Amino acid sequence: MPTVIVDGQEIEIGADERLNCIEAARRAGVEIPHYCWHPGLSVVASCRMCLIQAGSRNAETGEISMIPKLVPGCQTPVKDGTVIVTDSDLVRDSRARVEEALLIDHPIDCPICDKAGECLLQDYHFEHGQSERRADIHAFTSRRRDVGPTVTLFVDRCIMCTRCVRFTREVSGTAELMVSARGAKEEIDTFPGFPLENKLAGNVVDLCPVGALGDKDFLYQQRVWFLKKSANVCGGCAAGCSIVTEHNQDTVYRLKPRENPHVNKWWICDEGRYGWHHLHDPSRLVEAGKRGADGFEAVEWADVVTRLRDDLKAAGRLAVAVSPHLTVEEAWMLCAVARSIDPEAFLALGYVPTTGDDESFPGGFTIRGEKAPNRVGVETVLGLFGAVADDGSVPGWNELLRQVQTDTIKAAWVTAGYPTPDGSWCDEQTAAAFASLDCLIVQDLFDSPLAARAQWRLPAAGFAERAGTWVNCGHHAQSFEQAIRPPAGVWPEGRLFWNMLGRQGLYDPSGVRQQIAESSAAFAALAGDLPNTGVDLRLQQLAAT
Amino acid sequence: MSDSQSFQPVLLEAVGVENGHSLESYRSRGGYAPLEKLLAEKQPPEVVEMVKSSGLRGRGGAGFMTGLKWTFLPKDHPGPIYLCVNADESEPGTFNNRILMEDDPHQILEGTIISAYATRASTAYIYLRYEYPQSWNSLQAAIDEAYAAGYLGQNIKGSGFSLDIYLHRGAAAYICGEETGLIESLEGKRAWPRIKPPFPAIEGAFRKPTVVNNIETMACVAQIARRGVDWFRSIGVPADPNNPRDPGSYGPKLYCLSGHVEKPGCYEAPLGITARELIDRFGGGVWKGRRAKAVIPGGISMGLLSEAELDTPLDFAGPGKAGCLGLGTAAVVVIDETVSIVDFLHNSCRFFAHESCGQCTPCREGTSWSLRMLERIRAGKGRLKDLELLAEIGSTMGMMPGSTICGLADGAAWPIKNAIAKFRDEFEEYIKQSNPTGYMETDPVPALPILSAH
Repeated sequence: MPTVIVDGQEIEIGADERLNCIEAARRAGVEIPHYCWHPGLSVVASCRMCLIQAGSRNAETGEISMIPKLVPGCQTPVKDGTVIVTDSDLVRDSRARVEEALLIDHPIDCPICDKAGECLLQDYHFEHGQSERRADIHAFTSRRRDVGPTVTLFVDRCIMCTRCVRFTREVSGTAELMVSARGAKEEIDTFPGFPLENKLAGNVVDLCPVGALGDKDFLYQQRVWFLKKSANVCGGCAAGCSIVTEHNQDTVYRLKPRENPHVNKWWICDEGRYGWHHLHDPSRLVEAGKRGADGFEAVEWADVVTRLRDDLKAAGRLAVAVSPHLTVEEAWMLCAVARSIDPEAFLALGYVPTTGDDESFPGGFTIRGEKAPNRVGVETVLGLFGAVADDGSVPGWNELLRQVQTDTIKAAWVTAGYPTPDGSWCDEQTAAAFASLDCLIVQDLFDSPLAARAQWRLPAAGFAERAGTWVNCGHHAQSFEQAIRPPAGVWPEGRLFWNMLGRQGLYDPSGVRQQIAESSAAFAALAGDLPNTGVDLRLQQLAAT
Repeated sequence: MSDSQSFQPVLLEAVGVENGHSLESYRSRGGYAPLEKLLAEKQPPEVVEMVKSSGLRGRGGAGFMTGLKWTFLPKDHPGPIYLCVNADESEPGTFNNRILMEDDPHQILEGTIISAYATRASTAYIYLRYEYPQSWNSLQAAIDEAYAAGYLGQNIKGSGFSLDIYLHRGAAAYICGEETGLIESLEGKRAWPRIKPPFPAIEGAFRKPTVVNNIETMACVAQIARRGVDWFRSIGVPADPNNPRDPGSYGPKLYCLSGHVEKPGCYEAPLGITARELIDRFGGGVWKGRRAKAVIPGGISMGLLSEAELDTPLDFAGPGKAGCLGLGTAAVVVIDETVSIVDFLHNSCRFFAHESCGQCTPCREGTSWSLRMLERIRAGKGRLKDLELLAEIGSTMGMMPGSTICGLADGAAWPIKNAIAKFRDEFEEYIKQSNPTGYMETDPVPALPILSAH
């Protein structure tokens, strides 16, 4: 195994690994500060913050010879015998000078900057900078201009790392951003008439190491040190990007991508990024309702658990639409509940919204046309319950619509959770298919033509309000935690199903996951603690056979 | 070795000749015959060997061995290989490429064709500085003539070798003179120098192996082909036998003499002429009988020679021994005793603050910071501490300490470094005189609005 020596500490790296000094040092627990380098972008080595001393150790004599000048850690690959020195006076002085240089023209307006608290310029200055300013004191400047509909640029805060420029050229492939002018007068800008308007535009804000690029959706909404971070998965499409939900007091403020080499690398799309506003929409359903003489009457959840079972039992043959927004655990419990009420219950995959084809970007990122996070997971669960045709296909929404119009089906339970505040996922005509049923239960985030016909209208939880496991279109399963509590009066689906199964205590998604993993080969990979980047179900199955 | 007294101009032989820039005139002086002979008799490796053994070092500034550079190209590369001729002559005080392009463009073309043959390049780009419209006209006319005469195009003179030359005009930026900046600009991008490795010989223009040579280097190649390796090695300064890393400074060199001399101009002399001899014999002495205070040895970025150092030989090794960055473009600018060195440095810093490409933090901010300090010093608000800061910028900015990608930052640092080191007394005197109450200040002071920076 190749050995790299970082500040005197020997570490081994993989024989086929191609690491630069920053990555190798990180393995040794040594952080080399850097601005312009990003693992997902090309190397420009222009910020010069990662300057280190490097050399090599002769394999035979053990003699170490150093390169006589500083080298950028990002651009210098390591190989067997590479020696990295990050704590010499030369390196420290160099870092202090780069920090000093970056602050010469910087407005240092941290008190009014959104980035304060998560700013690399702040952090590195604290760690590597000089305590006193030596450059002349400048008049405060704070020019701001929008570079696109969602992103704004605080021109004077920029340190010219060009991460954003490279992102639009290499990942989104749209190349809206550029560097204009020269020297210290340089600025990030757009070409006239071509604003930063692509489906991945929001990522440039995450990439910005300082407060230059701001997300207008998040601007001045919350100080970042108040935000709590929960590892979630985006429910916007079948890609299932790893995200971090940043929230405070049960209010989501922003979503950010979470690095996951198997799914989304470092990026998410804007649709997902801004796809949390429905969580706090005032028109959300927030109480369980049973149709009475004057519309829906509120019912206590404890009563819902028993009355729902009674009503369904009384109605007869049951059909269930298992929403692709439910987690694997919830889908499994729902099927179990349904079969406990009616062993012959017809189980089908719920409505799966799609909008056109998948859209791929040069950087290897794909936005899926299928706008639901867990179709594959639900289909696999339905397979476990035998709800599968001879050709291996799982009945879907259209088959369910056909079934509920036959005479055999008397009751239907439609789980939904679609993030469309106007309830437009189901139109009036589709809803009419359920007209002849004795009992219709609709569980959704918002009112809809279908919910208007229901006997039971139950609220659903949003993506950040539930915990569990989703399986993306590539059969990659990721478990995630609950970020925020749902609005008062809302039970997440899992809690209802848990109680309807008669289980004791609080709903325990990971316990259910273990149970599923133990009882089925298809989900065997879900056993134990999952890595936060998830597991590939198919790969695990292959390994098992 | 021929001494500089008896030396007859070679590269400049067409200067003053009527219609010297025409193909007919060039042929009458013996031009293009060596090319035809070489195409017929020599294989490319032999041409590389010829240039290598001549000891020709690149005339663009860094003085890298031209033949050696060509050998870095990958062997048996399927092509295309590109040859870029650097005519982005932007170093202040430098105008020798311009003389060559305007007065003897065919000499350059012949050298370019030979170089392309040696490097197996089938396409050559001449990257011409925007500010040279006359050079554009004469070079383009010469290229047209050469195509018509069969020296360019397909199957040149029946040799089976084909070459197209394109004249590309830059958009007026100093950084385009850096070889990888030039390549980026040629590709239509912002001229930000690339990180090396890979060097252009491995991956250059359009991600293909590329050689970048200076215009004057091309002219030298033409003369080596015409007059031979022995002739070339008989001129200049031989390699120091005590220093195995010194490849010597062979051949004639065009010195651009300007500033405070009686007769400024472009003069051809053997490498190794001293600055004093150049000024006195070619330039007719410092103007108005004054004394020189300082002399720039090879373009502003090479730093300064003081009066006492004027006997420094202007070969590739000489200026370095006097603390300068190197020979550079051999643009000798004389600064007489009436000039304030503060004004000189201010002018230098203003140029580099304007021309820094802005890619690497130390150069982008360092050039601008040094300008701000000099603005303030000239405005009577200087502090002695500023000299420390300037000296620190001068010694830490550049490729040599490792803080930047390209060597032009060293060029921005060197005048600061030399001026402070060699003329510190004058700076201190200036600051004390102009700011008698505040020159000892060490706390940060308010910045002045900069009016003259851009």
